[in-house]
Amino acid sequence: MSNAATPASAVTKQEPGGAVSFYGVWLLAAIALVVLPLVFSSGGSLTSFSLIGIAIIFALSYNILLGQTGLLSFGHAVQYGLGGFLAVHVMNAVASHNWPIPLPVIPLVGGLGGMAFALLVGWVMTKRAGTVFAMISLGIGELVASSSLILRSVFGGESGITTDRTALMPLFGWTFGPQIQVYYLIAFWVMVSAIAMYALTRTPLGRICNAVRDNPERVEFIGYDPHVVRYLAYMFAGFFAGIAGGLTAINFEIANSAYLGATQSGLVLFSAFIGGTAYFFGPILGAILVTYLQLGLTSVTSVWQLYFGVIFIGIVMFAPGGIAGILMKHRPLIRAGTLRSVIPSYLVAAIPTLALALGIILTIETVARFSGGDVINLLGIPFVATAPTTWAAAAVLLVGGFLVARITWRRVAEAWDRAATVARDRGYLA
Amino acid sequence: MAELIVISTLNGILYGMLLFLLSSGLTVIFSMMGVLNFAHASFYMLGAFFGYQLTRWIGFWPAFVLAPLLVGAVGMAVERYGLRNTHKHGHVAELLLTFGLAFAIEEIVSMIWGRSPVDYRVPAVLDFPAFTVFSTNYPAYKIFMLVVSVVIFIALLVTLKKTRVGLIVQAALTHPSMVGHLGHNVGRVFMLVFGVGSALAGLAGVIAGPSLVTQSDMAALLGPILFVVIVFGGLGSLPGAFIASLLIGLIQTFAVALNGSLASLFGPLDPSLGASPLTDIWNVTIAQVAPILPYLLLVLVLIFRPMGLLGTRES
Amino acid sequence: MTAAIQLNAVEKRFGNVGIIRDLNLSVARGERHAIIGPNGAGKSTTFNLISGHIKPTSGEIRLNGEVTSGLRPFEINRRGLSRSFQVTNVFARMTVWENVRCAVLWATGHRYAFWKNVDNLPEVKQRTAQILDDIHLSHRRDVPAGLLTYAEQRELEIGITIAGGASVIMLDEPTAGMSHAETERAVALIRRLTEGRTLVIVEHDMSVVFGLADRISVLVYGHIIASGTPEEIRGNPKVKEAYLGEEID
Repeated sequence: MSNAATPASAVTKQEPGGAVSFYGVWLLAAIALVVLPLVFSSGGSLTSFSLIGIAIIFALSYNILLGQTGLLSFGHAVQYGLGGFLAVHVMNAVASHNWPIPLPVIPLVGGLGGMAFALLVGWVMTKRAGTVFAMISLGIGELVASSSLILRSVFGGESGITTDRTALMPLFGWTFGPQIQVYYLIAFWVMVSAIAMYALTRTPLGRICNAVRDNPERVEFIGYDPHVVRYLAYMFAGFFAGIAGGLTAINFEIANSAYLGATQSGLVLFSAFIGGTAYFFGPILGAILVTYLQLGLTSVTSVWQLYFGVIFIGIVMFAPGGIAGILMKHRPLIRAGTLRSVIPSYLVAAIPTLALALGIILTIETVARFSGGDVINLLGIPFVATAPTTWAAAAVLLVGGFLVARITWRRVAEAWDRAATVARDRGYLA
Repeated sequence: MAELIVISTLNGILYGMLLFLLSSGLTVIFSMMGVLNFAHASFYMLGAFFGYQLTRWIGFWPAFVLAPLLVGAVGMAVERYGLRNTHKHGHVAELLLTFGLAFAIEEIVSMIWGRSPVDYRVPAVLDFPAFTVFSTNYPAYKIFMLVVSVVIFIALLVTLKKTRVGLIVQAALTHPSMVGHLGHNVGRVFMLVFGVGSALAGLAGVIAGPSLVTQSDMAALLGPILFVVIVFGGLGSLPGAFIASLLIGLIQTFAVALNGSLASLFGPLDPSLGASPLTDIWNVTIAQVAPILPYLLLVLVLIFRPMGLLGTRES
Repeated sequence: MTAAIQLNAVEKRFGNVGIIRDLNLSVARGERHAIIGPNGAGKSTTFNLISGHIKPTSGEIRLNGEVTSGLRPFEINRRGLSRSFQVTNVFARMTVWENVRCAVLWATGHRYAFWKNVDNLPEVKQRTAQILDDIHLSHRRDVPAGLLTYAEQRELEIGITIAGGASVIMLDEPTAGMSHAETERAVALIRRLTEGRTLVIVEHDMSVVFGLADRISVLVYGHIIASGTPEEIRGNPKVKEAYLGEEID
């Protein structure tokens, strides 16, 4: 089966100073992680950053499967959750036996838990790729999630299993009680995991994963068993998912069966895909956006999950490369200096597209709040859900926005084609 | 015991036939279009909710006819405006689209009808006991469900064996690569197949709604079981899907009816052992295990017969 | 000396249809062997059987004396056989450089390594560069393979096939769909790159066949009706009959 993401068509010309900018990016990321909580120091933003960090590791681990190896999993939360549970159990054991194991090591335990599970079931699961793998991953996910409710002694039933992260031995005076210390613990693991996962893409195995993604049949004729490749990829993905799960367990001091469930598996798929699976940094963008929306939207609307669904469907249909794909499409144009010719068409298209988006939001909120008769506050304008004027406004924005937007999108495509032709002539696009 | 067996067999066959109404459409769509329709169970849910709403507005019988048609129309629209545009991005993108749809449909349904079960009742004309087995009254409505699903089953069989579209579908099941040679109306055939598949799922929802629980999580609960059914039966095999549907229907129904556990069979474990996975397994009742049985079956099939019961293709 | 490839009484049936029947073929080491025959004769099936893509219903296939029938394609590949495909079969989203490099990795012993930097393997780098140079695609090294022209993709296909350094190379219609000039270039390329190796080639273009092959086997309805030097084949009445008056020179 072919792949969801569009091929990267940009010609990657080796630039002088590539190494400098390469390490520069990682260094900047590290600095950003250190400085962020100093700039935004409220408790709320610390919690948000912690969750985003975990989501980044989780989404990157998911992309080892989807983006790198072409395996679409609907059950990635299994490894994440099991990592979390193992972390909690080990933390409790460490605390009760007073073992000299500090908290920062615990995520590694989670990782090994996720990897162990992948080791166990992975061989059977990865026998086939494509749709069959997708279905099986869903089935295994359901199996583990339902079993977790039966094995109460291990998974603690509905309520889950709690732990106390401060009960472990302090490290350099850090007890990891305050959220800021937990944040730095997470930030450390984000950095380590991201570097490790990036490095993995630059190894022989990582490249063969790409080959298996593109053409598993041909891989068999260059000496590789695609089954083994998928199995290894599955284990690595399980390992890093387990790290994310372990961090979640530390962050919330609890592991429960929701960690393993379909919702969690769906969210990580959303994150990776919305961010863009064809580039390493795509899932990072996706994790940031999805977590941010998740945290931000819950307080604004009761149907925030529907917005995820709508965004996801939109990305699948119109930009299967995700946000990263959209961004990277512009790179050859920037290099060729033709980006400026496209921007006016973007600006023109932005207005009706925004109207369309507002129309969708107003429609959804009108339906959602109809029975309650609540007021929708959109851009500072109050709309009453039961008022026909609101319905009319929604309809006008929706239909009018769509009709006009469609014309302007065609303009964008034309402007784009012209710019791309020039870029191609100048040798920046294949 | 005999009572339990008779009732559970009836219920199991009924549940199995409902599963087949869904898995048949899923199998045909998958074989012809290469699309695993994640939203198939969502169409079932839409059927139930449309049925509920239309029953309130215009009565059960008009709803019984209209709701599946509406769901079929939704399905055709999904094919025409969604899948057809996504096709160029490959099967993963198509699968993801239906995944997103399933997610969105669940949210839309709970947005409109709420997250708690709706009061979708058995129509008055069918609200009486059909017969009494030992001391249990078997409801007439379940007999009605059984009759409807058997009639649809026969109609499907006739369509497949006797009509042109049926022949195309059959050919596509055995030789998926051939579908491309159908000619210029391939798009219309796809849309039709998708529409009919969705309508069948909708019909299953309409008739199952009053008997089971009509709730916004019903698709999420049933969807994975459907995948188990078609993997278990063998991808692309309609007879396989039929056998797997009945089998899983019966197994789950019987399991739910049985209250035994290892503890009730062999006596309780020594309490001094304390809480452990062993005591969990020892004390769990078969009824509690029922939800995971399909997935255990899936694992077993994958290990021992990867192509499924009657499948010929490995993928 | 054992033959590079030896097929003994190989049969392949799909259902009741026998595609290959009693196929016997021997390709000596270092030989350039062409398999020709009308459409539907089973040439591609024969390729698929030898390379492990499909398994024979009965009979035995040997590679350098070792029985390989029943082995998986990658196992056969590791024993020194590499094949190309009639329909271009490259890694579309990866660059030309990475396509060839992937095909070099197993043979250079890096296998499933996840602890080595793939950009830091001198012998891999050197060999990849050499092959890109050989197939004249060095200037396109950073272009995704899916964006190459058709002829370039065919050249890349050959590059991937030879990259692992296999001793037996099988090319399935390498010049199909090429222009005359492109074909000439491809033939020269094949001749140079398979120097000192065993080559099995399926080809429709008779000028390519007779220009390249040391020996030719004629496959008709899944059975070899004649095997010999180009001169022998040219004069063989059975071959003339099979081609029903088609010019074979």
